[in-house]
Amino acid sequence: MTRLEKNDRLVRLGLLMIALSAISVLAIITLFIFEQGTPIMFRYGFKSFLLGQDWYPSEKSFGLLPMIVGSLMVTFGALIIGVPLGLASAIFLTEFSHRRLTRILKPVIELLAGIPSVVYGFIGLMFLVPFIRDNFGGPGLSVLAASLILGIMILPTVISIAIDSIRAVPDSYREGSIALGATRWQTVRMVVLPAARSGIIAGIILGMGRAIGETMAVIMVAGNAADIPGSILAPVRTLTSNIALEMAYASEEHREALFATGVILFIIIMILNTIANVTSTRQRKK
Amino acid sequence: MSLMGGQLKLQPRTEQKVIQVFMYLMTSIAVLVLVFILVVILKNGLPQLNLEFLTKNPADMGREGGILSTIVATIFLTFIALLVATPLGVGTAIYLTEYTVESRITRIIRFGAECLAGIPSIIFGLFGFILFVNKLKFGWSILSGGLTLAFMVLPTIIRTSEEAIKAVPPAYRLVSFSLGSTRWQTVTRVVLPSAIPGIVTGVILSIGRSIGETAAVIFTAGSALRMPTSLFSSSRTMSVHFYILAKEGVSMPKAYGTAAVLVISILVINIVTYYLMEKYIKRKS
Repeated sequence: MTRLEKNDRLVRLGLLMIALSAISVLAIITLFIFEQGTPIMFRYGFKSFLLGQDWYPSEKSFGLLPMIVGSLMVTFGALIIGVPLGLASAIFLTEFSHRRLTRILKPVIELLAGIPSVVYGFIGLMFLVPFIRDNFGGPGLSVLAASLILGIMILPTVISIAIDSIRAVPDSYREGSIALGATRWQTVRMVVLPAARSGIIAGIILGMGRAIGETMAVIMVAGNAADIPGSILAPVRTLTSNIALEMAYASEEHREALFATGVILFIIIMILNTIANVTSTRQRKK
Repeated sequence: MSLMGGQLKLQPRTEQKVIQVFMYLMTSIAVLVLVFILVVILKNGLPQLNLEFLTKNPADMGREGGILSTIVATIFLTFIALLVATPLGVGTAIYLTEYTVESRITRIIRFGAECLAGIPSIIFGLFGFILFVNKLKFGWSILSGGLTLAFMVLPTIIRTSEEAIKAVPPAYRLVSFSLGSTRWQTVTRVVLPSAIPGIVTGVILSIGRSIGETAAVIFTAGSALRMPTSLFSSSRTMSVHFYILAKEGVSMPKAYGTAAVLVISILVINIVTYYLMEKYIKRKS
């Protein structure tokens, strides 16, 4: 074996070490969050965390149900707003609009994906919250405000992934359908969308992950009361906001309970990631 | 999926017209809302911007003065994040593309990167707080914040570098091998030089993400309003400053000004990235 070949072996080994960094970081993060968050869950029982309705850290009452329900409500709300708007835009931009318009609008939408979440939250606080307060009543800081802002925030993700998967449908499918006398919309509805389905679903799940994990924007518009919201005009606190709001001053068991909040959030996100991963691999295999 | 079809029994052509108008409206709403956000920030923020705003430190909790120290903190933090994440990300991409074939290990590596990309920033914040701030005793500091951000942007750098390296034509490698070079020589002298623009794209994209990040930074870099002097000084980045100004209602004009600087820098970064991507990655592949 020459010197060069030996060096090449060393390089390969070094690169493998580096390549394992991402998965190691993931493992370390999982380890630390669980190490900090699970002992308190064992001490008080999982049931009291998952189903307890009272969050009074100073009185050792750590019920996370209001935050779990809150996260699910605003995420669901975000999907109701973001998915129809995003899908319609993606279909319009790929199947109905002029090519030139698409060439301008797609980059514009993708650029807007880079706007920091605090900016979305700020706009929500300045315009959306007063609007809801004046027109629908309630404090304005509400499930509705958080859902709308999150719905807008996930738009770029949903639109750009949906466009990519609709474009990946071979033109021969469309030609076949049009040749059979179908209109463009019939073609989209019966041929293109079914063929692009798993890509679109993966995009929606990614958007969902973004919505459920979003923190700063939600804190600014949601009102953050730790109660299960009675209506969409009531304030709400999500799992993420629970951590961010109290981390700065929490100590001992209170801090552990915030890590427990992180554990639950982490599990939800991992489940979503795996589903997205499986659906997108399935599309690639086809 | 049949929104109008089933029950109404419209003529297919009429149905097509109705749907087209509906889609047009939805697209307009989506685009207008996004553009509205941009316009509001720029319209209210640009009048706040002047040389003083960019070159003076914040005074009176941010009510007076400019945002210089927060700009410096943002730059330091971003720099550290990339200093750590770039070698790791590019190295991973080289391994995945040049040194191995698809196998269980590559699938695990890709799965790790994809999962990491999906983890919410607040979880990175919690993790950085426990590991860097507490256990390693770096305290709230530029270093803790920078390392946390490095882990956060790692998946982005891996993905873009991988695409850039894959876009280098196989013929380049074959020629290099036929001249007797080793794999490493081929990688460093042939593959990487042609993949550089694509790799740079990923790095710039990560700069944009680091600048805009709040949740992961506020618990690792802290929020002290002073000029950072060392790796271990606690400091407030632009986005954290903006969040505090806006959330606590300290000063709306200053908040708009900071937001404008934030948004303009990110837009410029994203436009440059978009241009590079079009030019170097998509065309080649």
